[in-house]
Amino acid sequence: MFKRLIIKTSVVWLGLLAVGPVLAEEYVARSKPWQMWLQEPMSPSAEKINDLNVLLLWIEVGIVVFVLALLAYCIIRFREKRNPTPTKTTHNTALEVAWTAIPVLILVAIAVPSLKVLYYTDQTPNAEMTLKVAGNQWYWTYIYPDHGDLEFDSNPIPDDELKPGQPRLLSVDNPVYLPANTNIRLLLSSNDVIHNWAIPSLAVKLDNTPGRVNETWVRINKPGSYYGMCSELCGVYHSFMPIHIKALSRENFKKWVVKAKLEFAANSRSDETLRVAQVEIR
Amino acid sequence: MANSVEAHHGEHEHHYPGFFTRWFCSTNHKDIGTLYLWVAMIAAIIGGVMSWYIRAELAEPGLQLISNDPEGRQFYNVLVTGHGFIMVFFVVMPAMIGGFGNWFVPLMIGAPDMAFPRMNNISFWLLAAGFILLLIAAFIDGGPGTGWTVYPPLSSADFHPGRAVDFGILSLHVAGASSILGAINFIVTIFNMRAPGMTIHRMPLFVWAMLITAFLLLLALPVLAGGLTMLLTDRNFGTSFFDPGQGGDPVLWQHLFWFFGHPEVYIIILPAFGIISQIVSTFSKKPVFGYLGMAYAMAAIGVVGFVVWAHHMYTVGFDVNTRAYFTAATMVIAVPTGVKIFSWLATMWGGSIRMEVPMMYAVAFIFLFVVGGVTGITLANSSADLVFHDTYYVVAHFHYVMGIAAILGMFAGWYYWIGKMSGRQYPETLSRLQFWLFFIGVNVLFFPQHFSGFAGMPRRIPDYPDAYAPYNYISSIGALITAVGTLLFFVVLWRTYAAGTRVGANPWGEGATTLEWSVDSPAPWHTHEDLPDMAGKAPAE
Repeated sequence: MFKRLIIKTSVVWLGLLAVGPVLAEEYVARSKPWQMWLQEPMSPSAEKINDLNVLLLWIEVGIVVFVLALLAYCIIRFREKRNPTPTKTTHNTALEVAWTAIPVLILVAIAVPSLKVLYYTDQTPNAEMTLKVAGNQWYWTYIYPDHGDLEFDSNPIPDDELKPGQPRLLSVDNPVYLPANTNIRLLLSSNDVIHNWAIPSLAVKLDNTPGRVNETWVRINKPGSYYGMCSELCGVYHSFMPIHIKALSRENFKKWVVKAKLEFAANSRSDETLRVAQVEIR
Repeated sequence: MANSVEAHHGEHEHHYPGFFTRWFCSTNHKDIGTLYLWVAMIAAIIGGVMSWYIRAELAEPGLQLISNDPEGRQFYNVLVTGHGFIMVFFVVMPAMIGGFGNWFVPLMIGAPDMAFPRMNNISFWLLAAGFILLLIAAFIDGGPGTGWTVYPPLSSADFHPGRAVDFGILSLHVAGASSILGAINFIVTIFNMRAPGMTIHRMPLFVWAMLITAFLLLLALPVLAGGLTMLLTDRNFGTSFFDPGQGGDPVLWQHLFWFFGHPEVYIIILPAFGIISQIVSTFSKKPVFGYLGMAYAMAAIGVVGFVVWAHHMYTVGFDVNTRAYFTAATMVIAVPTGVKIFSWLATMWGGSIRMEVPMMYAVAFIFLFVVGGVTGITLANSSADLVFHDTYYVVAHFHYVMGIAAILGMFAGWYYWIGKMSGRQYPETLSRLQFWLFFIGVNVLFFPQHFSGFAGMPRRIPDYPDAYAPYNYISSIGALITAVGTLLFFVVLWRTYAAGTRVGANPWGEGATTLEWSVDSPAPWHTHEDLPDMAGKAPAE
């Protein structure tokens, strides 16, 4: 059905229609009211961090409960009425060695998996494409160096211009489209102050610092909409600098690129993005 | 005036100064301590009002109180900035170090006063000047909306034109000079003016805490001062230390700031450790368990605290090995901290515990500090920080571990020592009510913020996506309860001075063994003029 349509229509229509059905039933990654846990992890890094957080939280809840129980026991068992004569014990070498050594063991048990995750999340050796993200007061500029330097700005939509279904403070006019199941290298910089490009469900969070290009990577597990917000105080509209990723299947992404090249053809490289674009990492 | 009750203390003290001389030209450690406490309380009201305004704004999604234009949003950022600066530099530090430190370090080590009484005076007035400069900063040219971290380029002349940030920088410079002078005073006093027999290893743990805090101040604040000067010359004199357009580096500022900023959090919490140790020992009627371990745990926290600063900067784009180092180093701090927690528990174990109001605050401190401490283990992990950095999880963490814990330590100290400072005891029932309101309030306020942070809510935003509404509403209710608890404290303060029962030298009985309980209440104008001889007395442990 689709395919027949696609063949008949122009290149622009092709892209739009291919994307259309995906949007209708798409996966949406953003926080929900009363949520008590992390957003559902949707990248390999996020999955590993989610698991690490489970381990951490169990250990931490254990420590809190243990200390609370001891506090309560002391207050009740050794209250003045019940225990009028205090002991004079002020030393117990074995005990002191134990409460130094056991925390060390617990920390080692945390550090080993934690550092493994850290090294995993750092960089990808085999990136299939690159996305450049430039922060501006107060919008994002996205550049696709592997797709003919396709470039566009992603501006937040004010509350009174939202269409039904668009979440407040998270929606943008031009989402950044990315292919799912693809290792994407991210190069981050800024044209003015420090921003931070963060998507909680993908465990991406890295500063956009002027004068620097920071590198990280992401692999999105499945098509859908992924939301994030600027995570470094960047001025008066810091709270109004959302990130909206639309992840498409690889085929649909290719179609989108064709469409987008036409749509954003007018976006010649402006001066302000030049600084970012000059630093090409191949 | 010469015939006041204290006149018999020291025959050479015939002259009692008038109001102006006493409070404006004071060289007496107790009067200067009192002045510091008053400044801290005034600053706490201002910083508190800022935080309640923030919580009122955040009670519901959308903009309630501020206007939806750059001026309104800048005002919100100024509130966030001011709240941080005021609470750190003009509430906790003056109350803990200037207030309780000045009052009780000389009393506890058996010294007649601080080593440099006049320098003590200038420390105080520099702090007062710094506070006024900060208030001026907030009211001119839109105020500094940079956060207390003042990251350039946002804090540079390009993005904060006007004089607000300059006044903020000058404020911190002056307050920093005040703290450096104060730190020198404490170090010299503690090293040179201990009573005979009061060896280093017999000093009360509060004195240990103040000694280590003073060293941290002395080593950390000059680094901040250097960074601030560079920022000031960047803004005004054409240098470009932090300007990437001219070969500078914004991340350099973050290194300088956090090299100071991380020890700063220990500067805030170590005096509270000291106070809690005194109180737990007093009300368990037992000496502190593992005294030497407690003292050197604080020293270890101080030393390690200088080599973990970059865990505040995990997302600046460090090399992965750098982040691995800072992850490991940061987690090391949990070990001496654990020693302290377990030693407090062991001090209570086998004791004869009286749950007076100071002890209630001390127990609350231990509990809240553990809750805030364990979330710190999560945040120490550079990998987990990819999710948690700059979210409300961080806000919840540091408010538990250094915000509320420090405030609980201050309340604990105030209830513990008010009898010594004023000669009158606090009203019992009202004080217990105050404790419970405050304790419940801060937990309702800050605990839901862990969940907001899990869900990914960023810090420092006046408006948030609608999904974060429920926890923010609960948080704001908590802020309201906390506000009532705080107001009630001022009622307690008033009732104590107006109608508190008079107390003798030692209202706490056998558990209170330190030297401040050997002098009259209120502590006389001059104390320890005949040095107490501690030789042959049982060691502090």
